[in-house]
Formats: sequence, structure tokens, C-alpha cells
Amino acid sequence: MILRIVVCVKYVPDATGGRHFTDDLTVDRDDVDGLLSELDEYAVEQALQIAEECQRAGADAEITVLTVGPEDAKDALRKALSMGADKAVHVEDDDLHGTDVMGTSLVLAKAIEKTGYDLVIAGMASTDGTMGVLPAILAERLGVPQVTLLSEVSVEDGTVKGRRDGDTASEQLEASLPAVVSVTDQSGEARYPSFKGIMAAKKKPVESLDLDDLDIEAEEVGLEGAWTKVDEAAERPARTAGTIVKDEDEGGKQLAAFLAERKFV
Amino acid sequence: MAEVLVYVDHVDGAVRKPTLELLTLARRLGEPVAVALGNGAADTAAALAEHGAVKVLTSDAAEFADYLVVPKVDALQAAYEAVQPAAVLVPSSAEAKEIAARLAVRIKSGIITDAVDLEAGDEGPVATQSAFAASFTTKSRITQGTPVITVKPNSAAVEAAPAAGAVEALAVTFSDAASGTKVIARTPRESTGRPELTEAAIVVSGGRGVNGAENFAIIEALADSLGAAVGASRAAVDAGWYPHSNQVGQTGKSVSPQLYIASGISGAIQHRAGMQTSKTIVAINKDAEAPIFDLVDYGVVGDLFEVVPQLTEEANSRKG
Ligand SMILES: Cc1cc2nc3c(=O)[nH]c(=O)nc-3n(C[C@H](O)[C@H](O)[C@H](O)COP(=O)(O)OP(=O)(O)OC[C@H]3O[C@@H](n4cnc5c(N)ncnc54)[C@H](O)[C@@H]3O)c2cc1C
Ligand SMILES: Nc1ncnc2c1ncn2[C@@H]1O[C@H](COP(=O)(O)O)[C@@H](O)[C@H]1O
Repeated sequence: MILRIVVCVKYVPDATGGRHFTDDLTVDRDDVDGLLSELDEYAVEQALQIAEECQRAGADAEITVLTVGPEDAKDALRKALSMGADKAVHVEDDDLHGTDVMGTSLVLAKAIEKTGYDLVIAGMASTDGTMGVLPAILAERLGVPQVTLLSEVSVEDGTVKGRRDGDTASEQLEASLPAVVSVTDQSGEARYPSFKGIMAAKKKPVESLDLDDLDIEAEEVGLEGAWTKVDEAAERPARTAGTIVKDEDEGGKQLAAFLAERKFV
Repeated sequence: MAEVLVYVDHVDGAVRKPTLELLTLARRLGEPVAVALGNGAADTAAALAEHGAVKVLTSDAAEFADYLVVPKVDALQAAYEAVQPAAVLVPSSAEAKEIAARLAVRIKSGIITDAVDLEAGDEGPVATQSAFAASFTTKSRITQGTPVITVKPNSAAVEAAPAAGAVEALAVTFSDAASGTKVIARTPRESTGRPELTEAAIVVSGGRGVNGAENFAIIEALADSLGAAVGASRAAVDAGWYPHSNQVGQTGKSVSPQLYIASGISGAIQHRAGMQTSKTIVAINKDAEAPIFDLVDYGVVGDLFEVVPQLTEEANSRKG
């Protein structure tokens, strides 16, 4: 028996790099440096820990990292491989440009089924789209339990357990495999790739798939196939410069006066 | 007039404020029909009627508490099929977003998440969203199926608009998937007695500059003098000084209060993502170069251990 883990990772524009839209109102992925979404590093980390635990118990585990994205998205796969994942699948096709969450989830679900899986692990949200709904949609499409937004996760005897800290309560969850899991940034710091890991990653297999390989028609995805449309995108006007004072023993009082002026006190 | 389905976020029958805001937006699109699920579902009716719900569909089956998300998707789908609404509106809580997304897949509809405003348009509802840590504003719509839209807290005012709010039992047949994920135990979050972070009119936050869990008492004292909620940066949360449930930012709560006061917070992009749309922003930081000062209406360059207690004292004396 081998535990097959698929980790969904997204290649995103760097949040500190002046992100913007292109003329067709899709996220510009060319002009801004990209990277493996930081929130997906937590998913890779939990996959590694689950695999290590599995191996300690004498069983086997294999981690495949999967991305849907442009050519450069290979960088995100390499990073995950250098952290310790075993192999990678890259779904890449010119017709995918502008795909929305419904299309992306369709492609991911097909690629996951083709790869074969017992456990899918995703991040809590992508740092560019920040929807945080794709893992739930994947569970719906794959027809397996959804165990999402976990800050703690473990797998034992074909069961996944985890803690979900919600708005009003913290819940202990449990489901049988196969299942879809997502983990939050509270699940534990992700490891840095070691030099050895980086060298090893260069030799790990990266399989490329296109829409044909997944039996998906071009019309089902891309900007044309999207079920949502962005009509306008405008840069938020910069906030008008405020008053800045240096505290010379009176800073708190000056601030109180400002708040009084605005009727907050 | 077309009916609009509104998913109700409530705790044992007490309707949470974002749902009342959602009713304000729903009334721009049609007649709100509310769906309340779980323990106390029928108790929501009075508040919902007061704010415009023409009907309240309820079910308090045990499945909603015993299993994660899917039973609620089954119920919302049953309501959707019964009502055939023009749109489905859902508050942007983590759970409700997942419910909305799974419903959208089932009914073959597009989904928009985290709208901050909604308007009726010629081709269906137009949603305003903030993108890239609130540095862009977009307008979008759904082009396939019945629009499913989740809306962030503080996106509209709560307005009284009395309507019938007749309670009707919702018949739900649970799918096989409904029992897939068991909730083995549930520990309710303890109330601090302070306002809910995402609903508060004023939020007072502390960051790494607060320098210790015990020092958060200074931040709490200021919050209490203003009747505010307490927030924290991720640095303060990661250091273990304040609970994660109070984190403001990309991976914490996103807040949009009338007044946001940041003390000892530098203003990293991920923190800004969660507070940039606050109406008035104030910061106290000893580093005049801190990026948070780019956002402020009023900033004090100084030591928070001097400035914050003085402000608290002033606020308290002005009250008294
Ligand atoms: C994927 C991802 C998600 C993230 N999500 C979030 C999030 O949700 N929320 C969040 O906050 N961060 C988040 N971060 C982290 C973010 O990048 C910053 O690291 C964090 O916000 C820094 O917190 P801080 O401002 O408290 O600390 P610092 O950046 O260290 O700033 C501390 C500030 O305090 C000031 N200071 C120190 N002492 C005093 C004093 N005595 N008086 C006055 N001022 C003083 C300093 O001048 C400094 O400006 C995320 C990061 C990533 C990569
Ligand atoms: N293009 C993609 N390729 C692979 N995984 C993705 C992609 N988009 C989203 N995901 C996964 O889904 C999670 C949630 O994404 P989202 O719902 O878009 O915020 C991410 O953290 C990833 O794990």
C-alpha cells in the first residue's frame, strides 16, 4: 500500500511587486515576478509531514505536486520538489489563459483523477485571487469528503483528522480517504529547501499535460469559457496625505483632539 | 418582483450583522427570501423580517451540526430549487463561502466572492470587489447560470424595512456526500465582551512593537475607552501575544471599520490587505519611515508606550 498525495500549488505574482491587470482584465503574470504562493508552501509542508509519518509507520507515500498555469509556473513546481515532493504535473495550454475558478477546478479535478490519489492537499487561498473556495469545489467535483481550513492535520489508518478554527468555534473533524484537505498558515512553518533538495529536484520528473490529455474542450475553459466577467478594473486612488506629527510629550493628546474632531471620542 | 435567496449566518438563532447588511443589498435586486439552517433557525425570523425578508425558510436537522458544510449545501440547493431565485447572496464567512461555491458547481453557475458592493445591472447584478490587497477596485458580473455572490461584512448599512418574514419549513433530502466529514467535537470561542472584530465600528490593533503578551493590556485599555474591538498583526500573533482569531490581514480577518488605529505595526502589504478600506486610519509608530504612514489620516511618530496610554486617558476623560 502506498499513500498517494497530490498537492495543488499555484504560481502567483509576487505580492510586493506592484500587481496589476492586463488589457483583457486578467491578472498580469508576465510583467511581475512570480513565485510559489506562500500559502501553498504550508500545503507542501503538511504533505511532507504526513508522508514522513507514514514512512515511520513502515508504509510508503508518494507526493505529486500539481499546478495549472503558464510556462513559468514550473518555478513553483521546482520549489515544491526541492522542498521534498517526489514528482510534478504541470497542466499548460494556451487555451487556459483567463480561466476562472470553475474552469481551473475542472482542470485540476481531471488531472488529479488521471494522476491517482488518496489525499489531495491545497492551500487555504491563493495570494492573488484570494477566493479560498477552490478546495471545497474540488471535493464537490471529485465526490469525496472535504476537510478544509485545517490548522492541524494527521492521517492514520485511512482516516484524515484535523482541527478547523472557525469564526465562532473550533471543530475537530474526521473523514475517510480519499479526501480533499486544505491547510491554513497556522498549520506549521514550511521548511526551506536544502542545497541537497535543490540539486535533487533538478532530476525529479515533471510531466506536462494539455487540455487534450485531460479530455477537456477549449470552450470549457479560458476567458471565453469563464462564467464570470470582469468589466472594469481601476486602481484605487491613493489616500490623501494625512497629518503626521512627532510626539513631543503631547502626541496622545493631539491624537485625541483629532479623534474628537471626527467625533470618535 | 424576482426573489433573491439570502443565506443567513447566525449563532443559535442570533443573526450576525453581515446578514442584515446583505438584506439591504438583496433588496436592490428583488425580494429577499432568507434561508436559516441549524439550531435556533426559526428564531432568526423576527430580525430577518424587520430587515426585509419576505419569507424565512428554516430547517434545524441535526445533520447541520454533525457534519461539515455539505448538509448545508444540500439545504441551500433545496431552497434554490423551491424558490428559483434571480440570485443567491451569501455572507463572506469562511464556511458560507464554501457552501456558496459548492452550490454554484451543482447549479452550474458562476461565482463571485468577497464583493464589497452590489447593484442591479442590465445583465444581472454587478459586484464591486477589491483586488491585490485593495489596491484595485473591479466590477464584475456572472455570465452563466443564476448569480451566486458572497459579500464581505461592512459592505452596506443595516436598514429597517419591515416585511412579512413568514416562516416556512424547508424540506431537505440529504445527499450521500452529506455525512462525509464528521464534526467529532466543537469548542465555542469564548466571548471577550468586546465587539466582534469584523463588525466593530472601531478597531484598535497592536503589532510587533507592542513587544509582549502582557503589554497588550495597553492596547485593550485603549480599545475599551473607545468601545472598540482589538486586532493584531501576524507578527504579534505568531509571537503568541494575541490569539489568531484577532489577526487582521490577508490570512486573518479583513476589517473595514469607521476608525482603525494601528500601534507598533509597520504596514506590510499582507496587513494592509485586511484594513486598507477602513474609513479613517490612524497609526502610532516610532519609525517615521514605516509604510503604514502612507495610509493614515493622522499619524504620530513616537513610542506607543507613551502615546497610547496618554490617548486612552484623554479618551476616558472626554467621556466622563
Ligand atoms: C502569505 C502571507 C500572509 C500574511 N498574512 C498576514 C496577515 O494576515 N496579517 C498580518 O498582519 N501580516 C501578515 N503577513 C505578515 C506580514 O508580511 C508582516 O510580516 C507583518 O504584518 C508584520 O507585523 P508587524 O507590523 O507587527 O511587525 P513589523 O513589521 O516588525 O513592524 C513592527 C513596527 O513596530 C514599530 N515599533 C516597534 N517598537 C515600537 C514602539 N515602542 N512604539 C511604536 N512603534 C514601535 C516598528 O517601528 C515597526 O514599524 C503575511 C505574510 C505572508 C507571506
Ligand atoms: N492554478 C492552480 N493550480 C494549482 N492549484 C491551485 C490553482 N489555483 C488554486 N489552487 C489551489 O487552491 C487553493 C485555493 O485557491 P483559491 O480558491 O483560488 O483561493 C490554493 O491554495 C491552491 O492550493
